[in-house]
Amino acid sequence: MDNGKQKKGEAVCPSKKGKLELVDVKQQLAAAKDGPQYWRSLEELSNTEEFQEMLHREFPRQASEWVDGGTSRRDFLKLMSASMALAGLSACVKQPLEPIVPYVRQPEEITLGKPLFFATAAVIAGYAVPVLAESHEGRPTKIEGNPQHPATLGGTDVMTQGSVLGMYDPDRSQTVMLDNDIRTWGGFVGALANPLAAQKAVQGAGLRLLSRSTTSPTLAAQIKQFLQTYPQAKWVQYDPAGRDNSRAGAKQSFGEYLDTQYNFEKADVILSLDGDFLSSGFPGFHKYARQFSARRSPDLKEKMIRFYAAESTPTNTGAKADHRIPVRAVEIEAFGRAVAAGLGVGGPATASSDWGEYASMIANDLQKHKGAAVVVVGEHQPPAVHALAHSMNAALGAVGNTVLYTEPVEAQPIDQTAALKELVAEMNAGKVDMIVVMGANPVYEAPADLDFVDAYKKVALRIHHGLYVDETGVISHWHIPATHYLEQWGDVRAFDGTITIQQPLIAPLYGGKNQYELVSALNGQGSTGAYELVRAYWQKQHTGADFEAWWRRAVHDGFIANSAAQVRNASAKGGVPAASGAADNSMEIIFRRDPMIYDGEFSNNGWLQEAPKPYTQLTWDNAILINPTTAHDMKIDTEDEVEINVNGRKVTGGIWRTPGHPKNSISVFLGYGRTRAGRVGNGPGFSAYQVRTSDKQGIATGVQLNKTGKQFLFATTQGFQNMDGRDIVRVATLEDFISDPNFAHEKTQAPVEGLTMFQPYDYSKEYKWGMAIDLNSCVGCKSCVVACVAENNIPVVGKDMVKRGRHMHWLRVDNYHEGSPDAPKTYTQPVPCQQCENAPCELVCPVGATVHSTEGLNDMVYNRCVGTRYCSNNCPYKVRRFNFLLFQDWTTPQWKMARNPDVSIRSRGVMEKCTYCVQRITHARINAEREDRKIRDGEFTTACAQACPADAIVFGDLNNASSRVAKLRAQQRNYGLLEELNNRPRTTYMAVVRNPNPELERAMDQRELATEHK
Amino acid sequence: MHQGPDEKTVLQDVLEPGEPPVLAPGHDFGTVTDKITSIVLRRPLGIGWGTAAFIGFVLVNVLLMAVTYLFLKGVGIWGIDIPVAWGFAIVNFVWWVGIGHAGTLISAILLLLKQTWRNSINRFAEAMTLFAVACAGMFPLFHMGRPWLAYWMFPYPSSMGVWPQFRSPLVWDVFAVSTYATVSLIFWFVGLIPDIASLRDRARNPYTRITYGLLAMGWRGSARHWKRYQSVYLLLAGLATPLVLSVHTVVSFDFAVAQLPGWHTTIFPPYFVAGAIYSGFAMVLVLAIPIRHYYGVGDMITLRHLENSAKIMLATGLIVAYGYFMEIFMAFYGSNIYERSIVHTRWFGPYAPAYWSLILCNILLPQLLWIPRIRKSPKWQFILSLDILVGMWLERFVIIVTSLHRDFLPSSWGMYAGTRWDYATYLGTLGFFLFAFVLFIRVLPMITIFEIKALLPESEVHPAEVEA
Amino acid sequence: MKQTPVSPVYGLMAEFSDASSLLHASEKAYAAGYRQMDAYSPYPIEEIADAIGFPKTRVPLIVLVGGIMGGLSAFALQYWISAISYPEVIAGRPYNSWPAFVIPCFELTILFASLSGVFGMLALNGLPMPYHPVFNVERFTGASRDKFFLCIEAADPLFDRVDAEKFLASLSPDFITEVPH
Repeated sequence: MDNGKQKKGEAVCPSKKGKLELVDVKQQLAAAKDGPQYWRSLEELSNTEEFQEMLHREFPRQASEWVDGGTSRRDFLKLMSASMALAGLSACVKQPLEPIVPYVRQPEEITLGKPLFFATAAVIAGYAVPVLAESHEGRPTKIEGNPQHPATLGGTDVMTQGSVLGMYDPDRSQTVMLDNDIRTWGGFVGALANPLAAQKAVQGAGLRLLSRSTTSPTLAAQIKQFLQTYPQAKWVQYDPAGRDNSRAGAKQSFGEYLDTQYNFEKADVILSLDGDFLSSGFPGFHKYARQFSARRSPDLKEKMIRFYAAESTPTNTGAKADHRIPVRAVEIEAFGRAVAAGLGVGGPATASSDWGEYASMIANDLQKHKGAAVVVVGEHQPPAVHALAHSMNAALGAVGNTVLYTEPVEAQPIDQTAALKELVAEMNAGKVDMIVVMGANPVYEAPADLDFVDAYKKVALRIHHGLYVDETGVISHWHIPATHYLEQWGDVRAFDGTITIQQPLIAPLYGGKNQYELVSALNGQGSTGAYELVRAYWQKQHTGADFEAWWRRAVHDGFIANSAAQVRNASAKGGVPAASGAADNSMEIIFRRDPMIYDGEFSNNGWLQEAPKPYTQLTWDNAILINPTTAHDMKIDTEDEVEINVNGRKVTGGIWRTPGHPKNSISVFLGYGRTRAGRVGNGPGFSAYQVRTSDKQGIATGVQLNKTGKQFLFATTQGFQNMDGRDIVRVATLEDFISDPNFAHEKTQAPVEGLTMFQPYDYSKEYKWGMAIDLNSCVGCKSCVVACVAENNIPVVGKDMVKRGRHMHWLRVDNYHEGSPDAPKTYTQPVPCQQCENAPCELVCPVGATVHSTEGLNDMVYNRCVGTRYCSNNCPYKVRRFNFLLFQDWTTPQWKMARNPDVSIRSRGVMEKCTYCVQRITHARINAEREDRKIRDGEFTTACAQACPADAIVFGDLNNASSRVAKLRAQQRNYGLLEELNNRPRTTYMAVVRNPNPELERAMDQRELATEHK
Repeated sequence: MHQGPDEKTVLQDVLEPGEPPVLAPGHDFGTVTDKITSIVLRRPLGIGWGTAAFIGFVLVNVLLMAVTYLFLKGVGIWGIDIPVAWGFAIVNFVWWVGIGHAGTLISAILLLLKQTWRNSINRFAEAMTLFAVACAGMFPLFHMGRPWLAYWMFPYPSSMGVWPQFRSPLVWDVFAVSTYATVSLIFWFVGLIPDIASLRDRARNPYTRITYGLLAMGWRGSARHWKRYQSVYLLLAGLATPLVLSVHTVVSFDFAVAQLPGWHTTIFPPYFVAGAIYSGFAMVLVLAIPIRHYYGVGDMITLRHLENSAKIMLATGLIVAYGYFMEIFMAFYGSNIYERSIVHTRWFGPYAPAYWSLILCNILLPQLLWIPRIRKSPKWQFILSLDILVGMWLERFVIIVTSLHRDFLPSSWGMYAGTRWDYATYLGTLGFFLFAFVLFIRVLPMITIFEIKALLPESEVHPAEVEA
Repeated sequence: MKQTPVSPVYGLMAEFSDASSLLHASEKAYAAGYRQMDAYSPYPIEEIADAIGFPKTRVPLIVLVGGIMGGLSAFALQYWISAISYPEVIAGRPYNSWPAFVIPCFELTILFASLSGVFGMLALNGLPMPYHPVFNVERFTGASRDKFFLCIEAADPLFDRVDAEKFLASLSPDFITEVPH
């Protein structure tokens, strides 16, 4: 082991004079005796120049080794373990120096084995996602939603769930660097003096600040101050998956920037014009999902919400629609106009033959529900569509009911693309002497036509601040490592404007400075800590008495009460914009943020890379999504490699035939094809940014596809997405449900109890755990999957292993299509272990490694498992996962810290599976027993249930008749998957009830028949 | 010296007119003994033997390499995945166990049926059985995720107080296969004792004599010994008969007990046993035909043995065919949509080629044996036996892989393909089998001397009144 | 067996070249009252055992007992493990899932029966016995090839060096040899 380290160490930095040898490091560590001294000596150690150098030098070499391929992800992380420095440093978990406030009443000091929860906030696209971070002995291990926060109501999304992994990422940059040489923060601050002085002289005319969209009041104030010092300086914000279109749309309609919020609680009918409000990353997704699923319950009878989606790129949002009408992205506008015309908004519209009569039918339905109808628009749709929607919503009387307009939440809403263009122009013109890139990565994500790199290189002094030495960082002069949100103080606003306070759970793991400290350095305030900055800002803002109590409360709750953005009763003045030109019939390309890794921000996150993308179930790659019929006509097939040619700009990627995708159109996800993301993010997929130009960031037309003749193999977790005539997802329309509430049991039933010769085990004495999953509520966002990975220390296995059917997810979300491949109905079904009472897996295990507990859990005893895999063969649900190789990383110290200490790490040759989060059950039982009571319903729940934004998963004690789960299972919609096998699953499903518009249903079915006959 | 009439009286129970005898004329006690023992004691090794041994040895080393890497890395080096968590390892296990049936069947069942013709082939058939079972026994060990814990399968008092789970067919396997291996071994060895004594008495080299002497345990052919010997030999045969039928029945339970469509079938036990005998006899012929040619023992392993084996293959082949048919019939007769779709998948799914070639190998081609000219020709018997061995391997592949790769929920359907390590391991066991067998024919009499003697006319004792 | 020889010789041995003569010789010797004698042949001959007065063997009884013990112990083991020592809820089956236990019972029955049979046989035959006086006879190697021997042992009460030789000669053997200890 040690020798191994040493060898690798040598490989890493060839032993020259002056270089620090790992042997020496070990000696120094050995020399260090007791605790405090240990840290001190380690401190010194890690600060020595050679040490830093070694640390730093080793990284690129190993990275290159990764890129060379050959070595697997596993070998890679093993190599990483050679990093003595990390091993040493990460051994010391330090509490932040400032007082931080535990979420629940807990002793301030940590009791071992007892996790603490702290309210803080993840940041996605500038908006806060309020969370409770679980901390084990000072190590954040799991992210939960903050149920008190008005913006999310406790839900989370995939990126938030995955974000905790990003904090430990060994690839994060770890030192201040100048031209790839180690420097110190002090050195940087010193170096700033001269250039800033020079700029001062010219009022900062050559000074530019480039960041992502910012909602932080403190940061905004700092930057304002900065701009006061340097009046000529400019602050540019750019988000590749930003909200330029909605801003422009708002400007068109209202003449000013306004944010649009929806309230689906009051909605009876929803029309989505490519609006994926049920997909992770859509501002307000959590709240919307919760509201939507609440209004989706068929028990509301005719008050059940009805959802029309005119959608281009198929998303899990469209999958939830009662009517999903595939429409080319460029035609969405025309479709919208057709509907608008039906509402008497705007002039008569030209109806496409594809959806001709549909629009009017939908319009009628919207009309019927005036005041309770709402039109939602997707971010990538051009401003005109947003403006149109504003007018339609006004016409529908939605404003104030289902639609709210608020003052912008962003600190400084601007036309980001224009600003970036201007910046590039100025850089090319040599007007920019000094640029500070804060948290952004323009070299990778800026529109291709701007040639940002060339312009950027013209700047005399380039400073980059980020979590990674990324594409931008590597060609900047200075690189300042940023802090992860779990490591920093801060204030961010949620999509509804609520001020959300960030508090650190751990001192910056790799050093690093946050944006507040960076800007204060620019402001010449040396290095004031973020804590002082943020606190000072709010002390100024706070008018009421007793700031301390107020502040403590804010930090404790994680947000400042009633700080939501003010609602404006604006109505669309601009009227309906004129139709923008004739429909373009050439093939279109749609650029969408990736459902898992967003715009590339999470490229280096193994959990998110390996989480199957909703709808396509693809992992580790972005694909060129295309309609099956179109593909067939063009003689291209899934996994063909093709070259996309968008008006001369080219990029090659793999084809994925996608049912429900509109014809004559392709979709690509952003965020892939990274070159400096880290050892996970480098490589997979292709960069759609290469063909994305500033004027067409949402949709571009005039696309050509040319086969390269090569193959591009994808790793999908679900090769078959039809139910093959099996009674897996049980569906009925609302009418049928009302006439026959028992529809779910018409076709197949479980054998009646007592048919067996055997006396079944009596579970009535103790707890009887069970789970009910409402397929009607499930929006298929996969948050549960990533939450499960985080909670249960599930390893990342890499693309190759996923391709070979060896992914390890304990919980999967199946995706089933029904009907024609051009316009299928789609259902999602989360499948954890069903915890069968008559578990087939137990019967066949030769060593009794999987047995039943007295509470009815199907326990898996890892230590007893010898790995015959017979249990998996005999599991009808195939929810068992096997460690075919040593998938777990036993060496990299960061991962050791990141893991949940309550869940054992599985080694090679062992079977594993969902345990109903037995560790949580045990925690709850211990607490209950200490208080000499039974566990209360809702006192705790499983990771998947807790993460679910739609509240689709309910877990609890079936012996407690008043528990939610027991009530749900009493409903007639409740059925067991494959219950006819008499496995008696403890996990059951609530059948799907669709609420179609009968008229439209008929029309669409007829069209489908017609096409089939053709 | 001994002419037709005598022979008839000896062999009437097996010999109809016009059929080749089980022992060519012209032998007496001495010649039989000398001929068989000389193969072991006198005959030089020879090129043919050398080549076979060399090939076997090389492949054994391939096996060692494959297994070393396997134990280092884990079963992930194979093609298995979820849903197809069993692959080559179990296919080969079932295939080898099946082959391991012929030997005991020949020596036990045919002995009870007084099929005296089996006397000249039972010895090496039993040896073949032992080596096949040894090959089979390796795979369950290899295929474990944590092979170093294999002993947990046995009921031993562990410090944790945990025990095997006796409802699992895998535990039944452990009992069935180990019992079968043990009983076959002692049965084989008991049969060897008198012949080893012959070797001892013929050996010229003192070391050889001492070695065989120890193995013979001082056997001297005393009448009292013979009496007990015969009694236990018959009893062993009687015990081995149900045993040999039980082994593949238990192996078939691995599948029949599971819930998986395509496995969950009551027809499995009988047709697995039939299939086992089928492939077993095929292997016997594959070994016997070259041996009788190479060692010139054609007068003891006569055309009659070969033909009888061919007839048995024909019969068992038809039972197997019936099994296939019943599976399909039941799928469509019953209302289980999963059963039905698995049959459909086998016919038209991605593994359809495997299915149809197994039908060709196991059912269609062997029907040629109805034609006497082919049934009596060693060349054809050899070819058809190879064909059947391939077919039976494919049968196990189809049963295991096609059933697993598309089970209940389409969402978890997958594919399977063996990796080079899968093939290396399989080849390796073939090599082990070959190597063990060539060693056997050089150190032990491959034909049972004392039982052959019982076939000789002069073994007849004449009633006492003759001299009255 | 007997350590101290009562006489310098173990017995007298007559060699025959075919089974029938050996059979007749044995019958005559038995008729003549000899009991302590043995016949040696290269293959089993039912009649001869009877002729020298050894009609029955206890091997079958041993096998039966062994088998029964095997079966019972197998069930006892499984029942104790699954229902008493470490009961577990497996797939909703009862602790005593006797139908599943039948198979190991069957296998152990066979195993115990076979083993006790073989070892019983060896024990009764007094094997292994690397040394035995008859091996001192040069020509006795033929016993495993094509010769048949009848040996009247000195231990027989009727045995008398001279009479025995006379008697054997009357059977017209090919050879008569003295078997030394």
